[in-house]
Amino acid sequence: MQLAFSADNEARIGRLLAEYPDPKACLLPALYIAQEQFGYLTHEVMELVAERIGLPPGEVLSTATFYSMFKKRPTGKYHIQVCGNVSCFLKGSDRLMAALEKMLGIRDGETTEDGLFTLSTVQCLAACGTAPALQVNDTYHEEMTPEKVVALVNRLREEGR
Amino acid sequence: MAQTNLLARWREKKDLAKLDGYKLAGGFRALRKALIMKPADIISEMKKATIRGRGGAGFPAGMKWSFVPPGEGPRYLVINADEGEPGTFKDRALLSEDPFRIIEGAVIAARAVGLTAGYLYVRGEFFEIAQRFEKAIADARKGGYLGKNILGSGFSFDLFVHLGAGAYICGEETALLESLEGKPGRPRLKPPFPAVKGAFARPTVINNVETIAAVPMILEMGGDAFHALGVQGDGGVRLFGLSGHVNRPGLYEFPVGKNLRELIFEDGGGIVGGKALKGVIPGGSSTPILLPGEIDVAMTCDSMRNAGTMLGTGCATVIAEGTCIVQVALRVARFYAHESCGQCTPCREGCAWMAATIERIEKGTAELRELDLLLEMARNIKGRTICPLGEAAAMPIEAFVTKFRDEFEAHIRAGGCPSHVG
Repeated sequence: MQLAFSADNEARIGRLLAEYPDPKACLLPALYIAQEQFGYLTHEVMELVAERIGLPPGEVLSTATFYSMFKKRPTGKYHIQVCGNVSCFLKGSDRLMAALEKMLGIRDGETTEDGLFTLSTVQCLAACGTAPALQVNDTYHEEMTPEKVVALVNRLREEGR
Repeated sequence: MAQTNLLARWREKKDLAKLDGYKLAGGFRALRKALIMKPADIISEMKKATIRGRGGAGFPAGMKWSFVPPGEGPRYLVINADEGEPGTFKDRALLSEDPFRIIEGAVIAARAVGLTAGYLYVRGEFFEIAQRFEKAIADARKGGYLGKNILGSGFSFDLFVHLGAGAYICGEETALLESLEGKPGRPRLKPPFPAVKGAFARPTVINNVETIAAVPMILEMGGDAFHALGVQGDGGVRLFGLSGHVNRPGLYEFPVGKNLRELIFEDGGGIVGGKALKGVIPGGSSTPILLPGEIDVAMTCDSMRNAGTMLGTGCATVIAEGTCIVQVALRVARFYAHESCGQCTPCREGCAWMAATIERIEKGTAELRELDLLLEMARNIKGRTICPLGEAAAMPIEAFVTKFRDEFEAHIRAGGCPSHVG
């Protein structure tokens, strides 16, 4: 089936084109829109973006693969990212990761079989004053403890059903 | 030294993040003033203020503004909100708590330098903050503070939010420009400098969020008064952060020149559990660690440099005795290895080698001679890369190994971390 942007997203990209002097600059925002609609960026999705913005597909691939937030494979409904950098490490982020691995039965970088959770280590989230921190999709959770992590996962399991 | 609330006004004033609340707190007074001032006079106030860039490099912002050559055509403002230097968490607060002040500062900068449009480059992880900022921009446009014919002055300028996508290197100004243009964030060779050829090959001013947030204040109180708050050649107040093993972590605001020891032991309440201090990473993970005997120093760009480190972002990470410094060094080395854009060989290869070597030291499979090799690697990265990421990766590793050599050697001799072995 031929991929296409939804009418809403088509309009969003149209508005974006007016914000920049060069359509190429819409690439990052357009990739975010594509990721939102299709879940992750396959070659077909990147080709769709390339066609819409007017770029060679190779350039889209080059940019999309440079940035860690553009997903090239499916992730769980809840993507839990634990900061493992210095300030969070000092405040026990390793214990958060261990608690999550145990509870979810997966390792750093993996997705649960039911597709509900993906677990990964992330670089500094700029929440060092309220470390340790983690993100569930786009939402920050700060001053975390292994106990709070257990409660959070239980809540997400309920909501995710 | 008492805390100030000049930047961190959200501690005193309610609803700053709403247009009405911002106006009630005296918002846009500086903009009204700027709109009737001569552009050159605004730049002159910025120069008098001697505000050093708050992103980490400490370049005088007024000087940066004056580098943009006169001329016609599009010219851009880029606000660097890619806050990613590990240990740093100040811009996130400004963006969430006082967005209109950043907008006001942006319009004043644009009016001073003659800029036609601006982009706030926000790191992708700040998605929710960026959405709220877009709402603030829409409200400012409706209120006539942004867009065409601002407050009836005839001056036009618009601001847009551009979301990054998880690459530390995009905090480097030319990598940021590449990223803004839709490309991988690989730093550019300088010259040409962005002031001459920046975003979309046009003259561009790039400032950190905190620098732009200070602009309305500078215009209201005057450059000289702002300068006088700080020290000669490094004016004003700034946000300082404390994280790690300190009793009261968080953001603090003080005049430039605040004493680091005082910040940690008085304002920060000292070290958790009454432990001894082991070291302080003073301004983000690229700044070389200071030993307890080295922290009696004023937090200015110059005095921190004289102390053998950098003020950086002003956000310090405090490390207590009992922490394995090899583990800390490993986290730092892994970070830069992960974030190297891969463009320059010494950084791409060197950062990965440093991380791999420290990993083996930590596991206890390295040999003693590798410590000198590690120092040699660090030295061979420095000065051999297009952008400062090479230095940012090498400097802290040199400091960890030099200042805690015993601990590194003990790991090698014991076949692993002595606190875990046996």
